[in-house]
Amino acid sequence: MTPPLAEIWVYLSATPLLFLTLTLVVYQGAYWIYRRAGFHPLLNPVAISVAMIVALLRLTDTPYETYFGGAQFVHFLLGPATVALAVPLYAQLGKLKHALWPICGALLAGAVTALVSAVGIAWLLGASDLTLLSIAPKSVTTPIAMGIVERLGGLPSLTAVLVVTTGIIGAVGAKYVLDALGITDHSVRGFALGTAAHGIGTARAFQESDEAGAFSGLAMGLCGLVTAVLFPLGVWLVRTLQ
Amino acid sequence: MLTALTVLLVYQLVGEIVVVALGLPVPGPVVGMALLFVSLILRGSVAEDLRDTANGLLRHLSLLFVPAGVGVMAHLNRLTNEWLPISVSLVFSTLLTIAVTALVMRALLARRVQGH
Repeated sequence: MTPPLAEIWVYLSATPLLFLTLTLVVYQGAYWIYRRAGFHPLLNPVAISVAMIVALLRLTDTPYETYFGGAQFVHFLLGPATVALAVPLYAQLGKLKHALWPICGALLAGAVTALVSAVGIAWLLGASDLTLLSIAPKSVTTPIAMGIVERLGGLPSLTAVLVVTTGIIGAVGAKYVLDALGITDHSVRGFALGTAAHGIGTARAFQESDEAGAFSGLAMGLCGLVTAVLFPLGVWLVRTLQ
Repeated sequence: MLTALTVLLVYQLVGEIVVVALGLPVPGPVVGMALLFVSLILRGSVAEDLRDTANGLLRHLSLLFVPAGVGVMAHLNRLTNEWLPISVSLVFSTLLTIAVTALVMRALLARRVQGH
């Protein structure tokens, strides 16, 4: 005889409701911890949520596909949220016009550094070709990175994980790097965060100030555009030279 | 809120159509963002509804990355086998990128101020 609890579990895990709700509840819990700790960067809510959900899915033997069946509704909102970045960006239009050339220079330097250093370090330490291809666009927002990697024959779902990890590393580490370098201008802090750590960096930047958040959102969009052009060119170049 | 959400989705949809029609290497939402940005400049203001909805969505931006992050489960083998190159690359490349971007932007901003 099946215990009723297991029956309820089997029933619920077949509908999107369970894992959609789980994602929201766990995130709210993680955010509560983060807020209680005074937004300490080490307690990043994405990292805590992912760890808790992975532990729960492993405990219950639930495959990722089943979880994603429910969580995809949250994932889908990345699209409209990306479009929504135009709004804070527009609010900073004056500052944006004022800093046009510094923005272009910093963007190009940052996007190239992100690509070359990620692939270079991983290659030096003996990563496989498939990993190299999947790690290259790690600083770019998930939908862009997955799109690029898919087209070039990498592993889009691995890229998604590496992109999210990069975002968490950036959100956690940025404060220390920027403080050590004596960067106080919020537009610069935000722009660096968005270039290196896309949306998760942008979420972190919005906690510093609206100005940092807007510049981070701008950097995230621009870095995605530049990488979407540079990376396929780089791969083509490498493959031609081989 | 409904109007604003519709506006965001329509721009995303138009972005996707533009990307597919022109064969662009960028994702639809990014083109949608660029189009909405240009529209706001042409219009000269943001509707209150759109501003509130956009800010609400962006306030919880990190939540939206959780489902993709949980995908780590599917790649535990590869991540265990190649943990060293992957972790060193992610940490150093990300922090280096933050430093380079910030230093270049600060230097260019400072040079411009001096130039005036």
